[in-house]
Amino acid sequence: MVKLTIDGKEVEVREGTNIIEAARRLGIEVPHYCYHPGLSIAGQCRLCMVELGNNPRPQIGCNTQVAEGMVVRTDTPKVLETRQSIMEFHLINHPLDCPVCDQAGECWLQIYYMKHGLYEPRMVDEKVHKPKAVPLGSHVILDAERCILCSRCVRFCDEITGTGELGIFDRGDHSEIGLFPGRELANPYSANVIDICPVGALTDRDFRFAVRVWYLDTAKSICPGCSRGCNIEVHVNVRRPHHNQGRRVARLKPRFNAEVNRWWICDAGRYGGKFVDDASRLGAPARGRGEAAIEVGWEEMIPLIASQLRRYRPDEIGVLASPNMANEDLFLLRRLVDHLRLIHVDFRVPPRTPGDEDRILIKADKNANTRGAELIGLGPRPGGLDAHGMLRAARERRIKCLWVFHHDLLASAWPEAEVGEALRAVECFIYQGSNSNGVSTAAHYVLPSAAWVERDGTFTNFEGRVQRFWKAVDPLGLSLADWEILGRIGEAFGLGAPPARAEDCFKALAASAAPFAGLSYRELKDTGKVVAA
Amino acid sequence: MAEKILTRNFHLPGSHTLALYRETGGYAGLEKALAMKPAEITEAVKRSNLRGLGGAGFPTGVKWGFLPKGHPGPIYLVINADEGEPGTFKDRYLLEKDPHALLEGMIISAYAIGAHVAFVYIRGEYVQPWRIFSRAVAEAYEAGLLGKNIGSSGFDLDVIVHRGAGAYICGEETGLISSLEGKKGWPKLKPPFPAIRGAFGAPTIVNNVETICHVPHIVRRGAEWFASLGTKTQGGTRLYSVSGHVERPGVYELPVSVTLRELVYEHAGGVPHGKRLKAVVPGGSSAALLTADEIDVTLDVDGLRNAGTMAGSAGVIVMDETVSIPEALMVVARFYAHESCGQCTPCRESTGWIYKMTRRIIEGRGRKEDLDTILDVARRGAGTTICAFFDGAVGPYISYIEKFRHEFEALISK
Repeated sequence: MVKLTIDGKEVEVREGTNIIEAARRLGIEVPHYCYHPGLSIAGQCRLCMVELGNNPRPQIGCNTQVAEGMVVRTDTPKVLETRQSIMEFHLINHPLDCPVCDQAGECWLQIYYMKHGLYEPRMVDEKVHKPKAVPLGSHVILDAERCILCSRCVRFCDEITGTGELGIFDRGDHSEIGLFPGRELANPYSANVIDICPVGALTDRDFRFAVRVWYLDTAKSICPGCSRGCNIEVHVNVRRPHHNQGRRVARLKPRFNAEVNRWWICDAGRYGGKFVDDASRLGAPARGRGEAAIEVGWEEMIPLIASQLRRYRPDEIGVLASPNMANEDLFLLRRLVDHLRLIHVDFRVPPRTPGDEDRILIKADKNANTRGAELIGLGPRPGGLDAHGMLRAARERRIKCLWVFHHDLLASAWPEAEVGEALRAVECFIYQGSNSNGVSTAAHYVLPSAAWVERDGTFTNFEGRVQRFWKAVDPLGLSLADWEILGRIGEAFGLGAPPARAEDCFKALAASAAPFAGLSYRELKDTGKVVAA
Repeated sequence: MAEKILTRNFHLPGSHTLALYRETGGYAGLEKALAMKPAEITEAVKRSNLRGLGGAGFPTGVKWGFLPKGHPGPIYLVINADEGEPGTFKDRYLLEKDPHALLEGMIISAYAIGAHVAFVYIRGEYVQPWRIFSRAVAEAYEAGLLGKNIGSSGFDLDVIVHRGAGAYICGEETGLISSLEGKKGWPKLKPPFPAIRGAFGAPTIVNNVETICHVPHIVRRGAEWFASLGTKTQGGTRLYSVSGHVERPGVYELPVSVTLRELVYEHAGGVPHGKRLKAVVPGGSSAALLTADEIDVTLDVDGLRNAGTMAGSAGVIVMDETVSIPEALMVVARFYAHESCGQCTPCRESTGWIYKMTRRIIEGRGRKEDLDTILDVARRGAGTTICAFFDGAVGPYISYIEKFRHEFEALISK
């Protein structure tokens, strides 16, 4: 550890820490553009100047490592004047069209100009003109005039993905970010460059001009796209429902978690939230197949489901849970399964094509909570059948009631004909999920689930890290969180009043399932906890 | 006339050949050096007061001393032959007229610092110097002066000649290293300095052609002899590239204690056609300009520093009374705007901006506040960047305007 003084305050930090991070520890912001804690030091933007000891020449904070007894000042007239100068240099060739720039509201040129601007424009000459609205790949678009050449995007592609698509071309004030000849920004993490771009140079083709960022509300969440469990923020647009084509989920952004995803998420996860506002969402409970389906209220639906479950012997019922359900949902399902003494229980459905995986974040298991389902115990009971066995048994009319959560079995590795035959053969097919799919149309009963952004809950990632996600928007239509539906069905079976909050379900889980013992929402904080092995 | 050291053979036909170099005593320094301990050579170079002659004027022996002691991996010697400073053409003469002098200096220097690979980074436009020097390298290999076990000393050295591609910034030592590594020629953040982490991550010494050409003479004739040729803080002679309005432009080898007046009037023959002298740039375009009555200064590093300018690369540009200083500044400003590598914001943005302002003034669209804006922008940007490029540009920006403000104002009031 190294002790130093910044603006008269003492701080102790690890050796090798730079001045920007050491100051951050004290709540002192050293403005910067090119520095990013996840990338190598570039030292190009020259904004993070600080004064060191008696050195009359300010030095950059990003490339200055702390030393014992170092005296740093970030607030001297010299430093403040240098910041103003550097800001002026950053802006002389930058277009002054913030009102039509999609970055407005989250632009670091705007933010720092408010604090460190010279406020005396002296540039009267023609600005340098560069290409605008250049697509770099399917997700990212470049406005080279807005670029301040901090090189974060270039370093990201060099250092994080190792794909090296981007470079800085030409020289002097004609320098420009661009693609190497014949390349496209098509790596699986390409859109992270949008997040780390401090200005409006790189914007998201999916999000740009859809809604102003100051209308967005945010909630912390977990990406459900694979078993990594990347920490994200959900940005929702409910204040301007006529914007963003009526879609409430405007965008997903990575949220820092040193143990899981650091600053990044993959593109598949980033754009994987579309289903929430998709036309295929199930908005109301319904009974009856196909054309004959009628929407009903929950007060009618819950007793119907309960009576169907009572009609069959436990060994005539198959339950196919989903590894995308939250721990809270799975726990209440497990409780119900135990109460009804059901034995044919499973959650694993092999995908038609194996998932892709890499050494960065992407996991082959495209389910958010496989580990949770394993730990909570949603596998076959003694003598029970696994998912594939259940389908065979359904075809053979040994299983008469099948309750499927979320899965689109027609998109599984199993032959469509086999699945179709099984679903046609069962007397009672209950489908519970957020969206309609290949099998939901065959259901006798449809129970609409709230999507993950519409509720609280937790997922357990592949390494056993239990992580919370928070509700960002209200559930669509009459849909309910799976735990609420299961709580109400449980009530019909005399399992007590349904839990009022997801947290209550988690408390009960922690009290009854050993791996979760000692955990609580409070304990999980923002970044989660790994369950005991 | 002072003794010629580096240029002593320039007038001889075949001065670039190994045969002639040997005939005139060449490679005698090497023989002596290989019998010395490497540290003794570094000591001698330190005592000789040899200073870097590429532009920065840093003491060469001190630079060598920054190398880590007992480093287990490779150490590289890199010769900066990217002579790009406007007004400078001395290294070109050395490469063309006496390439073996550079090679001998390189072998001795590499031996002193423990390098077994030496790179020579030659400016891309220098096709003829590259051809001649490459031939000399081949000759040296054939003669056993390069390669394994040089002169049966057990010392190995390979020389790799690398051509640049036309960027001024690749003459900056870390920009040169980036370019040598196959990257865009962007200067690197310091620390770490090249002596600690340079080319390909290895400790590296980058020295100018002329600097290294002096080393064999220091070894052969002694550090004290070399030091005695110059001033208290800088030993030896150096090559002055004289261009512009003089009777006899060219390269002059003189002790660094010579004055600018002596160089211009006695050696280069003074201003032709009976014109009056207006100004002199003493050390390449990045040096602040001196007016006609400021030229009684010695041309050593410290002499010129005390005069508010710099010795730089010793490129002396002489301007007579017909020169418009605002136009001269516009040309210089265009050069710096064109050559800024674009890495650091202050340099990237302000070189272009200042060029636009100077051009506007020349075109008769200047505004009263432009001159102060240029001076303020130059001062604010100075010292804020990774390398010394912008500080070099600030030299002319400020001195041209401050010393000839009336010429600028005359254009603006029109």
